[in-house]
Amino acid sequence: MLENKSTLFEYLLYLGDTSLILSHRLSEWCGHGPILEQDIALTNITLDILGQARFWYQLAAEESDTNLDEDQIAYFRESNEFRNLLLVEQPNVDWGQTVLRQYMYDCFITTYLQALTHSSDSKIAEIALRSVHESQYHYRWSSDWLLRLGQGTSESKAIMQESLNQLWRFHQEPIVAASFEVEMAAQGIAPDLETIKTEYLDKLHTGISKAGLVVPDDGRLLAGGKQGVHTEHLGYILAEMQHVQRTYPGLEW
Amino acid sequence: MSTNNWPLWEVFIRSKNGLQHRHVGSLHASDATTAVENARDVYTRRMEGTSIWVVRSEDITASDPQFKSEFFDPAESKIYRHPTFFELPDEVKHM
Repeated sequence: MLENKSTLFEYLLYLGDTSLILSHRLSEWCGHGPILEQDIALTNITLDILGQARFWYQLAAEESDTNLDEDQIAYFRESNEFRNLLLVEQPNVDWGQTVLRQYMYDCFITTYLQALTHSSDSKIAEIALRSVHESQYHYRWSSDWLLRLGQGTSESKAIMQESLNQLWRFHQEPIVAASFEVEMAAQGIAPDLETIKTEYLDKLHTGISKAGLVVPDDGRLLAGGKQGVHTEHLGYILAEMQHVQRTYPGLEW
Repeated sequence: MSTNNWPLWEVFIRSKNGLQHRHVGSLHASDATTAVENARDVYTRRMEGTSIWVVRSEDITASDPQFKSEFFDPAESKIYRHPTFFELPDEVKHM
C-alpha cells in the first residue's frame, strides 16, 4: 500500500497507526477495569485515541489520491507497513503497567501535538489542536495514577518500578526522527524533534521522580517501529483486529 | 471488577452557566480529586456539564423517612403558598 505514495502519506500513517494500535491495546481493558468508574475512564480515553486515529487516516486517504478509505488503511496492511511506535504495541500486563505505558505516551504526545498545532499544513494543525485537548486530559489521568501507585503501597510501588524498567527501552523512539519526519520537518509540516526533546524528557522525568520511582539506566534502547520493524506483538494485534475485514472485505455493521 | 472500600460520593452537575447544579447520581472514589475526575468520565461524556461538584455521601444529613408525614403533609392544600397569581415575564427563564 505504500508504493508510489508520498512522504506525507507515510507521515500520516505514523500518526494514525500509533493512535490506532494504542487504542486497540487499551480497548482490551474494556469490561476488565479494576473498578467501574475507571473502566469507563479508560474506555473514554480509548475512544478519544481511536477518534484521533480516524482523523489521521481520513486525511491520509485524502492525500493518497486513490480511492483508499480509512478502513482499508487500517485493515489491509501487513505489520511491516505499520509505522506506529513500539511502545504502544506492548501487551497489557496489569493496571500499573498500562498506566505507566499511558503516562510515557502522554508525556510525548501532549508535547508533540502542541508543537504540531503550528504545522504549515492547516488540516494537520487543526487535528492536532483538537487532539491535544483530549491528550492533556489523558496526561492528567495517567500522571495522577502514576503518582498514586508510585506513592501507594510497597506492592504498587514495586509494580510501577518493574513496569518502568520494562518499558524504559522504548522512551527514546518518539524523539528519534525517521526519514519521513526529517522531510516533513523541513517543509514545516512536522515539528523538528530537537525542539521538543527537552520538554518531553523533562516532563517524563518529573512525573517519575514525583512518584518516587528510579529512572533506569538507558541500557539497550529500542526503535524501528517508524520503519516498520516491529516487536512480535504487533502481528497478534493485527490478526485479531483485521481478520473480520480480511475474511469479509468491505463488511459493514 | 474488584469490590472496593472506596467511599461513596454524590455528584452534582451544572449543565450551563446560570443554572444550578443538579444531583445526577453517585460513584465510588478514593478521594475528592478522583471523585471529580470519575464524575467527569461517568456523567459528562455527552456534554452534560460545565461544572461538577462532589460531596461525600456520608456528609449529607437527610430528613428521616419516619417523620415524613409531619414534615411534609402540612404543606398539602395550602394553595396560597403557590405564586400562581403572577404573570411571569417571558425573559424570566428556568422558574
